[in-house]
Amino acid sequence: MRNPLSKKVVEIKPSGIRKFFDIVNEMDDAISLGVGEPDFDTPWHIREEGIYSLERGRTFYTSNAGLKELKTEVAKYQHRRFGLEYDSVSEVMITIGGSEAIDGALRAMIDDGDEVILPQPSYVSYEPCIVLANGVPVIVELEEKDSFKLTKEKLEAAITDKTKILIMPFPNNPTGAIMTKEDLEGIVELVIKHDLYVISDEIYSELTYGGNHVSIASFPGMKERTIVINGFSKSYAMTGWRLGYACGPKNILSQMLKIHQFAIMCAPTTSQYAAVEALKNGDEDVEKMRTAYDQRRNFLMKAFKDMGLQCFEPFGAFYVFPCIKEFGMTSDEFATRLLKEEKLAVVPGTAFGDSGEGFLRISYAYSIDDLKEGLDRINRFITRLREQKD
Amino acid sequence: MQKKILDAISKNSRYSTEDLAAMLGTDGNVIEQEIKKMEEETVICGYPTLINWDKTENEKVTALIEVKVTPQRDMGFNKVAERIYKFDEVESVYLMSGGFDLTVIITGKSMKDVARFVSEKLSTLESVTSTATYFVMKKYKEYGIAMTGGKVEEERMLITP
Repeated sequence: MRNPLSKKVVEIKPSGIRKFFDIVNEMDDAISLGVGEPDFDTPWHIREEGIYSLERGRTFYTSNAGLKELKTEVAKYQHRRFGLEYDSVSEVMITIGGSEAIDGALRAMIDDGDEVILPQPSYVSYEPCIVLANGVPVIVELEEKDSFKLTKEKLEAAITDKTKILIMPFPNNPTGAIMTKEDLEGIVELVIKHDLYVISDEIYSELTYGGNHVSIASFPGMKERTIVINGFSKSYAMTGWRLGYACGPKNILSQMLKIHQFAIMCAPTTSQYAAVEALKNGDEDVEKMRTAYDQRRNFLMKAFKDMGLQCFEPFGAFYVFPCIKEFGMTSDEFATRLLKEEKLAVVPGTAFGDSGEGFLRISYAYSIDDLKEGLDRINRFITRLREQKD
Repeated sequence: MQKKILDAISKNSRYSTEDLAAMLGTDGNVIEQEIKKMEEETVICGYPTLINWDKTENEKVTALIEVKVTPQRDMGFNKVAERIYKFDEVESVYLMSGGFDLTVIITGKSMKDVARFVSEKLSTLESVTSTATYFVMKKYKEYGIAMTGGKVEEERMLITP
């Protein structure tokens, strides 16, 4: 028989998280600070709207780009929160989570051999999606000394005449880093100078602490070269509803829509109706959840300080990214031993790129009590490591 | 800071001072002082515990009573309300708009207990003109917390990207 598989697909490495997931699953009494989704349930009024849409028998396809009402609300929301102006008819499309939008944007824009600049550590799907679209990922390794921000210098060094796209994954999973208006200025200058396009994944845009998220698309001259990706998973605790969206210039969106139309048809109808309610009446829920996350973030930062574990202060998402270099182990070894010895699962930083080496991703999408239990275990573990070293 | 503290303890009054300080990014002294101040100003009025008595062996009966009263000269409803809320068995008293004046919620050991309170204490007050008593059959939710069902199990996968 012939080999049934595509070389390109076979060569893609499985996610580093996958391997860890398998170990964790074999231990039934392990607890975890490794989850990348909110611990809150979707607010009831949003769920109720989904239930109602089922009761009403709204079980049909929607138009490819999504419900008109939802696209209108998305456009209003982007304007209200981030000052972006999109035409709801031609510049907004509803997708299966932010993930589909990432894939679609890359496929719509990449020709064979185009280079895509990808800052890491960052979410696991960008690199494989670039490869699947026949692009060439050019990794920029972000560093703790820069608070894991993308600097102008680093970006400039990565640009070649083949560079076409820059991925901006901020607020960042796994580091929690954000890019402020000032941080973005230098980036914008280079993007325009080198005629690049930007895919800005803003899925955590509601979860920033101490200041509003600034979208790179809000800079003059940037809207026409940026695809803004967002969704409902993180801000409204709606991960399982699988609903996201992309906003961007019509010429790109119409091509993304073509892929979406043939590969997906449309995003789930029930989720779309629920999402309309989320955008119309959900601001207060978001605010409540943000307050709770911020309390936990403060709590963790204080705990790490007390333990003497180095950790830069993250201002976005719901992750902290402490440094474990002092223990002379790889992230993988550290996380594996922590799991085996203390039955606590965290994600090694290397799951998000080589530059995550020496770090762990710890999620604070957990109650204070759960965090305390997890922190106790980390504290016991590192105290033992330090004693062994002395 | 007061608003932040209230938000944090509104659903859970058992956070220690240290935990609260860590959560709100301040230090323990500030928390102590602010809480003391709010207690003195009776912004914080108490720290009761929400108990589902149905799950214990001690039976309790709760009743909601609609009360119509004649307000007293110079004192309006307040004086009447005070005479009612001073009884130990009275859990809540609210002044209402609409068809009656006060909602009185009381808890007793038995229906008899409640009936005795209504007939002997409440309806005999001079300014009370009528009462209507409704017994609570089941409590589903109180103070924003669901009273039915068990502990919710973690259903998220242990590790996700």
